[in-house]
Amino acid sequence: MTSPDMNPADVSIMQTPGQQSPNGFKSAAAKAVSKAASPWLLPLIFGVGGLLIWEFGLWATNPERFLLPRPSEIISVLSEDDRGVDNTIFESIFEASRTTGFIILSSLVVGVILGVAAALITTRFRATNEVITPLAVAMNATPIVALAPIFNNWLGLTSPRSNQAVVVLIVFFPVFINTARGLNTVDPNQIELMQSLASKPWTIIRRVRIPSALPFFFTALKLVSSLCVVAAIVAEYFGGSQSSLGSKIITYAGFTQYDAAWAAVLAGSIIGIVLYALASVAERLAMPWAHRSWNSP
Amino acid sequence: MTAERATDNPQVSEEGLQDSMDTLQDSMESRQHLLGSVAAQGVSKVFLPNSTSKVTALEDINLHISPGSFTTLIGPSGCGKSTLLRLVAGLIHPTQGVVQVNGKPADQARKDRDYGMAFQTASLFDWRTVRKNIELPLELMGWRRGARQQRAAEMLELVQLPEFADSYPSELSGGMQQRVAIARALAFKPTLLLMDEPFGALDEMTREHMQAELLHIWEETNTTIIFITHSIPEAVFLSTNVCVMTPRPGRISTQIEIDLGKRTDDTREREDFFASIVKVREALRSQEST
Repeated sequence: MTSPDMNPADVSIMQTPGQQSPNGFKSAAAKAVSKAASPWLLPLIFGVGGLLIWEFGLWATNPERFLLPRPSEIISVLSEDDRGVDNTIFESIFEASRTTGFIILSSLVVGVILGVAAALITTRFRATNEVITPLAVAMNATPIVALAPIFNNWLGLTSPRSNQAVVVLIVFFPVFINTARGLNTVDPNQIELMQSLASKPWTIIRRVRIPSALPFFFTALKLVSSLCVVAAIVAEYFGGSQSSLGSKIITYAGFTQYDAAWAAVLAGSIIGIVLYALASVAERLAMPWAHRSWNSP
Repeated sequence: MTAERATDNPQVSEEGLQDSMDTLQDSMESRQHLLGSVAAQGVSKVFLPNSTSKVTALEDINLHISPGSFTTLIGPSGCGKSTLLRLVAGLIHPTQGVVQVNGKPADQARKDRDYGMAFQTASLFDWRTVRKNIELPLELMGWRRGARQQRAAEMLELVQLPEFADSYPSELSGGMQQRVAIARALAFKPTLLLMDEPFGALDEMTREHMQAELLHIWEETNTTIIFITHSIPEAVFLSTNVCVMTPRPGRISTQIEIDLGKRTDDTREREDFFASIVKVREALRSQEST
């Protein structure tokens, strides 16, 4: 009997649920290995390997030092005195990271709030969609980083406000577009079900649309968590605090201290990585259902 | 006749409090008889009536469904079955005619949460556990937590999934998800259950199992059910009343009463089961030739 109607597997799932998980076929040894190999292991091996190749590749070929310093040189420069300031380079870069980090974090929060608010408003009040979306698209088509000198003029050359304005604008668009998409990518039956239960539009947004939009929102959040670092540092090239990563990179590079400039760039990427990791953790916490599967306890 | 009873509900007059109390009493008593009933009178539905691409989805539908019955709407794709179901649900409004549920306008019945609904896709909320999915209508109705949990447990018992209370929908098979959807639709014990091809996506074995379970639930809860299907055997096995529909514009061409007594697995192999199938099939065929 090979009738498709008589599938014993289906029957067993229907009648004795839970006893046979798909994972039952996986051997215990394979399970143990995959459990021990935490998600960090592979990237760690890759990262350390990359650094080793960088270090010893340059040591072997020995190019001019200003083209690309070795990782060990970048680390050792940190303890040197920073020219013109009463600090080591490490202290200068640490201070600059705090300034830039604050600009990034504050703008990220404001940009995300604005993006989500715009997405909610265009979803709830359809008419506003006709106004807000073209405006946002036009804004996004503008080279926002190129506006940095203009914002300096408006908000003060040494004020962090102009840098923040650039980052907020950069963050806003991906968050707005993705969240709006998520709010509108909803199973129409779920909407009908809510309407059949006499739900008001805001109830539907809160109970159905927002949870449906979470995966889209977190995709945007991860995207902007690195984008905002780039935006902040490039904006700082044009003005803002003298003690910021962008300003430091320009200064070090101007004095041909390329190893120090590299150290400042790495500080920027550390901020980006930390933000990305935070976004990933937040995603897991906010969407426990998306990370639970048959093989979890 | 059910519709007439409902429409001539006397208006509350200003003449005297006693009078209006009496009439209110009357209307509540007449409503009591109508609980679980559905009546459609001369209903038409035209989509995009003012455009060149206007579509007459339904024309002159007259339908009376008595409390506790199991009515199936069957017909080819595009004959307006789902439109009719959504009219009964008050989710869309008729272009002409009146739809009454429990003796009141369909939209009012929707606002009063008089019916439950289930679809072809289970449409469970991924982010809620099975228990929380079933509790959703109760949350919307403002039930307290303890009462919600108790009812959810009862419903899980009814659909035989108590051990899955804390699972997420993605951890369930298609048939089990559909059972949760039915439990959710019935959680607040509505008098009417509307089902839009709920078993359409299931394999044959699961489907027959679900049909038997639905009948069991129907008997236990005494809910009126309106059920859409494409399957003739399914319609015959489940219903007390099969409405055969014709397409473009959608009409109810024939209504066939099915009297097979209590259904068991053996019912599917009985002479009168096949005879009813033939009846429904011929009713569907006859409209094709015209």
